[in-house]
This record gives sequence, C-alpha cells and structure tokens, in this order.
Amino acid sequence: MTERVDVDVAIVGGGIQGCSAALQLRRAGLSVCLMEKGALGSQASGVNFGGVRQQGRHLAELPLARRSRELWGRLRELVGTDCEFVASGHLKLARSDADMDELERYLADAADLGLHLELIGAKRIRAEYPWLGDKVFGASLAPEDGHANPRLVAPAFGRAARAAGAEVREFTRVVAAARDGDRFALRCEGLEVSSRFLVNAAGAWAGEIAAAFGERVPIAIHSPDMLVTEALPPLVTRSIGVCGGDVYLRQAARGNVILGGGQGWADFERERSRPLSEVSARAIDKAMQIVPWLESVLVIRTWSGLEGLMPDHLPVVGFSRTTPNLVHAFGFSGHGFQLGPAIGMIIAELIRNGASASPLGAFDIGRFAAVEEPRGTAADLNHGGAK
Amino acid sequence: MADPAIAIVGAGPAGIRAAEALARHGLAAVLVDEAPKGGGQIYRQAPDVFRRPYSARYGFEARKARALHEAIARLAGAIDYRSSTLAWNVWDRKLDTLHDGHTGRIGFDVLVIAAGAMDRILPLPGWTLPGVYSLGGAQIALKVQGCAIGRRVAFVGTGPLLYLVAYQYAKAGARVAAVLDTSSAADKRGALSAMGAEPRTLAKGLYYRAWLGAHRIAIEEGATDLAIAGDGGVRELRYRRGGIDKSVDCDAVGLGFGLKPETQLADLAGCAFRFDRDSRQWLPERNADGESSVPNVYLAGDGARIGGADAAELWGERVGLAIAARFGRPRDAVRIAAIDARLARLAKFRAALERAFPIPSQLAALADDTILCRCESIRVGQAKAAIRDFALVEMNRMKAITRIGMGRCQGRMCGLAAAELLAAQCGRDVASVGRLRGQPPVKPIPMPWAGSP
Repeated sequence: MTERVDVDVAIVGGGIQGCSAALQLRRAGLSVCLMEKGALGSQASGVNFGGVRQQGRHLAELPLARRSRELWGRLRELVGTDCEFVASGHLKLARSDADMDELERYLADAADLGLHLELIGAKRIRAEYPWLGDKVFGASLAPEDGHANPRLVAPAFGRAARAAGAEVREFTRVVAAARDGDRFALRCEGLEVSSRFLVNAAGAWAGEIAAAFGERVPIAIHSPDMLVTEALPPLVTRSIGVCGGDVYLRQAARGNVILGGGQGWADFERERSRPLSEVSARAIDKAMQIVPWLESVLVIRTWSGLEGLMPDHLPVVGFSRTTPNLVHAFGFSGHGFQLGPAIGMIIAELIRNGASASPLGAFDIGRFAAVEEPRGTAADLNHGGAK
Repeated sequence: MADPAIAIVGAGPAGIRAAEALARHGLAAVLVDEAPKGGGQIYRQAPDVFRRPYSARYGFEARKARALHEAIARLAGAIDYRSSTLAWNVWDRKLDTLHDGHTGRIGFDVLVIAAGAMDRILPLPGWTLPGVYSLGGAQIALKVQGCAIGRRVAFVGTGPLLYLVAYQYAKAGARVAAVLDTSSAADKRGALSAMGAEPRTLAKGLYYRAWLGAHRIAIEEGATDLAIAGDGGVRELRYRRGGIDKSVDCDAVGLGFGLKPETQLADLAGCAFRFDRDSRQWLPERNADGESSVPNVYLAGDGARIGGADAAELWGERVGLAIAARFGRPRDAVRIAAIDARLARLAKFRAALERAFPIPSQLAALADDTILCRCESIRVGQAKAAIRDFALVEMNRMKAITRIGMGRCQGRMCGLAAAELLAAQCGRDVASVGRLRGQPPVKPIPMPWAGSP
C-alpha cells in the first residue's frame, strides 16, 4: 500500500544541507518532506573532518561561510545542542616561504570580506605553539573558526526539523523524480510525494537527480581518508590545516585527535567507501611532521565516505536552469559542513522569495551548461544500479 | 595451475591444522599470529621461563595441546610463520600487518581467517571495577603466568567455561568463593540428552561440576540481578536467587557469557554475514568447504562460529583440504567425509550447549548508571535517552550519536550488549538493529605507519 504525501517542498537528501533546509523551510511556514536513502548524515555530512572553517575558502564562498559562522554560534538555540562546536580558532600552517606569501595574500582578500585573520611569524609560532614541529614556518590564525562533531550535526538538524513539523523519512530512497504538471512527483518504495518545490541536496547522488531534469553536471566522487587516535591529554588547542591542504587535524574535547588527508577508495555503484592504509600512512607522516607528539600514540579507527566533487571545487547552489521550482544544493566538494546552517536559510529564501540575501552567482549550475531536454515522464533513477 | 599465495590468520587449533593440511599437499602458507607462540587462546603456551607441566596447565586437554604445539613446531621450519604479528586490515587481496611496531603487507590469492574468539561480556553494575576479569582472561592468567586474579575469586556468567575456569582455579589452589550461573538447572536438563552426542565432552563438564560440589564450592544456578560492589576494587558480588537477595565476599570476579567470534577481519574482507538465532549474533556465512561469500576467502574455527577447540582443528583441516583440492591436488574424499560427519555431531552438541547456557535477558532492567561502553564511559541511561531522543533503530547510528563502540575496543566488548539494549528499547528484534560495521584497524595500532618496512 503506497502512502501519498502532498507538501510544499520535497527534499532529496538528509545530509546537513537537506536537514538544515528542512528546518528553515518549516520555520518559514512551509510543509516539508525530506527523503534520505540511509540514515541522516551518514555520508559526507557525518564522515567529514568536522572543520567549522572560513579561512582558506574560495572568496566566493566567504560571504556564505560568514553567514553560517553566525549560525554555528547559536546552534543550541537553533537545534537544541551545540554539536560539540568549539571556536578553537583555525591555524593554517605555512611550510615554506611561498606558503607564507600565499597566507599574506589571502589575509588581505579575506579582510575585504570581513574575515579577520592574523599572521603569525616563525618566532611567535615557536613561542606560542611549542608542540608544532620545526617544519612549520608560520601560520595564519582565524580566531573565530573551530570544529564540531560531524556525526551529530545532520541528525540534530533533522531532529529539530521533525520537531518543527517536517516529515523526515530515513531509509527512504527516491527511485523516480519527474515533473507532474506544475508539481513534482517523487516515488519511493511505499511512498509517493507530490510537491510544489523540489530541493536536490543529494550529495554524491545529486547528479542523478539533476540529470532527471535534463541537467548533466560533471560531478565526481570525493572520499576523504580519515582516522582518529585514542583519547589523549589536551594539547592541540587549534584546528590545524596547511597550505596545500594535504593534511588537517584537530583534537576533540574527548581527547581524540582526528586527522585526514588524501582520498580513500570509493565504489559509487555499490555505495561503498574505504580508507586506504597507504593513504592514511602518508597523512600520518605529514601530521607527525607538524605535530611530532603524535608519534607515540595509537590509531583506533579509520574511515571514509562519499561526497560530490565539482571540477572547480565550488558547490552548485541555486535554481535549476531547466525546471522551475527546482533548487540545487550539492557538490560541496569536501567543504560543505561549515556552510550547512547557512545553506538551509538560503534554500528557504530562494523558495519563499525567489532570491537569496547571499550572493550565489559563482554557484550557478549554468556554469556547466550541458543542458538536455528534460526526460518528460517519470524518469527512473538509476542510482548506479545499486539495490 | 600455479600454486596460490595463501595467507592464514591465526595460529590456534584451526590455523595450525589448516597450514598442516596445506603443507601435506605441498602448499606453503604464510601463517600470521598475534601471539609470540602458536596454540591460540585455548592451548596458549607459557613463556619459556615457566616450567609448569602440560598436565597442570591444560588438564584433560594436555595431549591435544602437546600435539598442536608439536604440529606448529614441525611446520615452523617448512612455512613462513610470522608470530607476534597482528593482521589489522584486509583490502584488495592484501593483509596489513603490524610486527614490532612496524607495518607490513602480505599479498594473497587465498586467505584463511582463523582469528578465534573472545569472551562475550554483558554489562552489570560494577563490571568495570578493578579486579573484574573476563573468564578467558582469568584462565590465561592461570594457564600462562600461573597466577590467580585474586585471593578469593567468584566466577559469574554462563557457559561451559564458567565451570572449567572455576575448576582450574580451585584445582590450582585458589580460593573460589562461588560459581554463579545465570542459566537454570532446567535449561541444562532440557539440553542434556542432546549433549549426549558428545559423551566425553559432556562427561568432562559433569566432572568439573561434581568436583566443585565435592570440594564444597557453592554453585548457584538461575542467579539474577547480578551486581559487583566495592570501592576502587571488588568487595562482594550480589545476586538474587529463588526470590532471595544474597551476596558473596570476594576480591576478584571472573565474568563471561559464552564466547563471540572475532569477525572483524571477515567483515573487512567483505564477507556476507547472517544473524544466528542460537547465539544471538551476526556471523559470517560459509559453505561446506568453509569458503565465505567472497571467493577464496575461507573461515575456520571459532572465528567463524563458536564450536570449540576440537571443531576448530577439524575445520582448519577441512579448509586446508578444500583449498588443496581447488588448486589441483587430489581431493581426499574419505578424510573430508569423516571430518564432515564429526563436525555435524559437534554442531549438534554445540546447539545443545547454547540451549543449556542461554544468554540472560537482563539488559533492559539494568540501572541507568551501569556502564555499557567502558572505553567511552557511556552508561545505560545515556544510551536509553539517545535511543528515545533520536528514535534510534540501528547500531551504527547509535554509535554515531552516543559514542558507544567508538573507543579503543571498537565495540568488540560492548557491541553485542548494545545491540540487545537497542533492540529492547526500540521494541524491535535484535537482528533488525544490525551490527557495527568493521573499520580498520581491528585493534589499535601505533601511529608511525609510514617509513615502516
């Protein structure tokens, strides 16, 4: 027996973007049904590093990141928990003079967009961060940045959305999506959803939803290689990144050091991902160069997940070029976690007002431009043939 | 056909017999084992400086222990035997290993996982106090180091190991305060005739019990409401039986509720799992040859399904013969038939044991402040609150939200108990809440991977 649900907005994907959108749309008074094929936040939103970072972002993303940072600061009020967010500050390390130049340039650009950064030279870095290794030339500090527990954030937004009256359906895979007159028709096993608006927040799977509406996007798969140590005494006071981005690490309140770098293995067809021990080993090597103290600790777990990656590493956020009332928010390319709270608000603005207060030009799907005819009838989504 | 590269993980009864059967057919395996000496947990060898005789260390099983130790000694010269080596990941036909702080890799065409078992632990109040050991741990202390876990030791839980370890302790001269069995006399009576399928094993079990009784060691069956009390250590063990609250003074406790297979490597190898109703846990699937759902990945011994040491030796040999036959050696049909017949009898006996020593269903009744996940110090009440709050119905989700199973043991200790609690709380069958996904490494490993040879 198939259940039918009629809503203002259907959302495909229960990651942080979809869950945050569900909450903001409900707060705007719209009825919402979110469909997630697995559990909320079980892919990119749950497996990522947990960096709440503005520093180092593409300048086009900075206004969104600024807006999101404000929401991170009042997460408890928004979703009932702070998701272990701490404004630890983010140190971006230079390992060469060229890196220092890069940090200096970025500092000037970011200042124009209201992000205050502080350059720390070699002498000061030794004095203030004696636990950093001697490969570190200097750093740029973003005092407002920090980190949070990614495993908690999408479920927390999902729970808040549910409490606000959204239908949040986990383990509910969308198998067909199409236009139905001036509405959308979505088919899941045992469920049919009809909506005025559709939000495509399907992460690594978003290309399939876009394709169902005639928009081919060059989305690739990103599978971060991550690991965590046993709980350790507090030492790493800041969230750490590097110029080049080949390693990043932070210490959670519990004491575990979480670090990542490089790509794991991904099989999109079977929806599986794995960390690779040689990739983990390289990341560990780099991590030990910047924090030598890590040499004497134990690794207790490694993991990966699946995330959508765009060629220019910028997300797709905004209205579809082919289909009225279809809003895309995907392809965050490994750095969508921090943006999630703001993206939800932006999606709600787009749907309620037809436009967002944030500049979205750089994220238009039109930049990939390969538009086909929409498939017209209910398009069966392949989902890589996975069952 | 070229001979395959064969890797065996585990030099216990199953792994050694698999290596031996392969060697008999001219196939030399790489045998990887975490322990410094072969024998597995059951026939664990003492360091060379210890001189307790086999009969004292292994009791009735001394002959089998000696035979297995002789087998690994013979093999060690003929095969690539790597002791003190942990296999911590399987990926892309390669084992990741750790030896003496260095990581390494072993490529294989055929993998035999004979990783053995560990105690099945269920939480109860006070179970993380110093002085509380698993039954297996208590046994190893005695067998390997010749020492007892305390001066006055109570044994609690269920399963044949409960009586065996109590007997071994008392026999070695330790003071056994009591044996508290959560299964009832009726459970055992119901399974007795089926256990007659293995009269010698049954006779040994009955002998241990009778010996304990004859030495005036209290045995209480059908004990409930277990709790270990003490301040910074064990002072007493409280329980309820026949409607009466009782307690036993003791300074150490051996605790265990049967065994659970170490299935992490099978999981990482991609083997399909199935929920086993008898033992209430997920086990890797295997066919009559011991081959898993992944071609050329074989499972043998207690690491695949608890069957005991005799079954493990037979499964090891059985798997070795199957691999030899697959790679062009003559198929030893007579021996295979004999092994299969014996394994079938042992399987019947094992099923009866599971009925005789059922796992108690007391988890939902545990006080909220009882620790469920000791690595992360997560208590029963916190787990229940999260289950309600986030409408949890699946184990990996519960782990993500609560941190249960996220610590050093990666759920090896608390995973089964957490599944029982989750199922009871959300009103579903324990099979439907799933199992914790395996993630490498299977045990904590030191950081400096890179630069390892």
